[in-house]
Amino acid sequence: MSGIPHDHYEPKTNAEKYIHRRLPIVGLIYDTIMIPTPKNLNWMWIWGIVLMFCLILQIVTGIVLAMHYTPHVDMAFASVEHIMRNVNGGHMMRYLHQNGAMLFFLAVYLHMFRGMYYGSYKAPREITWIIGMLIYLLMMATAFMGYVLPWGQMSFWGATVITGLFGAIPGIGDMLQTWLLGGPAVDNAALNRFFSLHYLLPFVILGLVIVHVWAFHTTGNNNPTGVEVRRGSKEEADKDTLPFWPYFVIKDLFALAVILALFWALVGFMPNFLGHTDNYIEANPLVTPPEIVPEWYFLPFYAILRAFTSDVWIVIAVNWLTFGIVDATFFGVLAMFGAIFVWALLPWLDTSSVRSGRYRPMFKWWFWLFIINFVVLTWAGAMPAEGIYTNIALIGTAYWFAYFLVIMPLLGVLEKPLPAPATIEEDFNETVKSKSGKGGPKDPSPEPIPAE
Amino acid sequence: MKLKTLAVAALSALALALPGTMAEATKVKGEVTNFDFSFQGLTGTYDRNQLQRGLQVYHEACASCHGLQYVAFRTLSDRNGPELPEDQMRAFADMYEIWDNELRDWRPATGPDHFPESQFEGAPDLSLMTKARAGFSGPYGLGINQLMKGIGGPEYVASFLQGYTGEEDFQAGSMFYENIAYGGWVSMAPVLFDDMIVYADGTPATKEQMALDVAAFLTWTAEPKLVERKRAGFVGVIFLSVLSVLLYLSNKQLWAPIKKAAKES
Repeated sequence: MSGIPHDHYEPKTNAEKYIHRRLPIVGLIYDTIMIPTPKNLNWMWIWGIVLMFCLILQIVTGIVLAMHYTPHVDMAFASVEHIMRNVNGGHMMRYLHQNGAMLFFLAVYLHMFRGMYYGSYKAPREITWIIGMLIYLLMMATAFMGYVLPWGQMSFWGATVITGLFGAIPGIGDMLQTWLLGGPAVDNAALNRFFSLHYLLPFVILGLVIVHVWAFHTTGNNNPTGVEVRRGSKEEADKDTLPFWPYFVIKDLFALAVILALFWALVGFMPNFLGHTDNYIEANPLVTPPEIVPEWYFLPFYAILRAFTSDVWIVIAVNWLTFGIVDATFFGVLAMFGAIFVWALLPWLDTSSVRSGRYRPMFKWWFWLFIINFVVLTWAGAMPAEGIYTNIALIGTAYWFAYFLVIMPLLGVLEKPLPAPATIEEDFNETVKSKSGKGGPKDPSPEPIPAE
Repeated sequence: MKLKTLAVAALSALALALPGTMAEATKVKGEVTNFDFSFQGLTGTYDRNQLQRGLQVYHEACASCHGLQYVAFRTLSDRNGPELPEDQMRAFADMYEIWDNELRDWRPATGPDHFPESQFEGAPDLSLMTKARAGFSGPYGLGINQLMKGIGGPEYVASFLQGYTGEEDFQAGSMFYENIAYGGWVSMAPVLFDDMIVYADGTPATKEQMALDVAAFLTWTAEPKLVERKRAGFVGVIFLSVLSVLLYLSNKQLWAPIKKAAKES
């Protein structure tokens, strides 16, 4: 599959030849797991396997949970308690599923940040990036609908607030919201369709994951230098790469085992650590909780959504320019979806021809500021929407958009990149040498060659 | 590598900031005392005698208003719970009347039946109460002591039951009572008084003792599989740690010739 020259599957026995002539499935699997992979991948390249594991974990635990869950407003909450009390191993299944969603999002954010730092989205991997963003969007939809299913207070009110965002669209908003919910408010119809979609979407995600993997198997993996694998001949390519099996499978499994040990400790010893206590109260449409907070992985976008209050000058300006059609709420909704949209457009907004952030001295600072900003927005999203917090959220939002729409296009023009190593082999050898302490620079980035 | 250290720093910042902010949102605004319970920490388990005393307090002080609709009487005999002998459990269930849809009449409860629901609107069901309240969230709301202390639900319940100041107020036709654990006025009257019940095991029934016992019992009703869960946690963490070590060594050996070649290049 890969454009990098490598050995292909050759059926040897008669049985293998028989199958291969009719269905070349063994060859497909062989070529997939033997893909030539850059030698120099660092530990940030393990998140793909973690994500694959998370998807399978969520599907397996989810299918078992669905066998015992009842999607009805009068019975949903009790059926979850039935799972927690009466189903064999049900309490572990549910806690694994609940915390598994959080591991899923932690891994996906780190996976995306890695892609951003090392320029994995740049040509020719734009389609890999776009499919990744689609997967991320579907993950958010799936997680949101899954959170509604236990039918606790935060499930109900979270669903009310989020579907209310569609109601903020001028003109068609109310109709759209009613159509989405199957009624005027979040009720049995909504719960039923959320359950149906929560079961469906993970399989759509699985399909997109296969396409995502296919796409980067065609272009080859990016790597920390951003330098392409040499493709002139198989000998050349072999100097830069190693087959995925066993070198990277074992490495990734090691990382996965460490992460799962921590994850298992979370599930076993404090499974409700990251959950909201209000979700252990059954949904009650007559009692609004003092504060409606989404799960942590939505908080940055929740902060962006709430940052735009009607006293912000840009909201006032847009409101005036659109003759009052775009009000503060709708502006917030546009900003929230816009924040994800500009993220998806990154391959076309970044004008720098250098892939890896390692060789981009100015980019590094802006990138780490983006990460800090992400954490700040997460924090601001959990705070009440008042006083200093909306100001902080507004500054964070401004930086978010500036990063994608101003800094990324400008940096490519303004920045003078450092020289990147000529080959992956060179970088790998340098790194191994410097780590073993046998000379070589401590910093993996090559020192500028002194002009003599 | 620089990126790695920074990534770790950012992650730990996330890990520290998130639970704090989450807990902030649900923080109880009153004063909650940080009691020690036997079920806290990595190895903490329920104290069977305490759960049985708590059951007695629930039965005598709470049950007239509050229900436990998710708890089946039979589970009172479960391991790692109050562990009532089966005959005692049935005799206990027999004291409760439940509505039978097939008989279309009230009848005494049996093992498979659940505790009745709350008797009136204003009294919430107590089955999950200790998981539905966060009593404290650690220093600066960071939540870092949750591993050892939990989120403080039982502490909140125990503090609440002892938190009445004695101030009363008559508003809009009903009585309100000031409670410092709640941090305001509540419609529930104080229910615990020293020596109001006689414990079967002879423990002195002080107000604090009863509050702690019923809080422990309600933690069991909310999380009956706590002991099994922690045990699964230990087994899983030990298994995965051993697996990590084996995979680390495999990985090291696998890559050794590759790295050797790189060093010699």
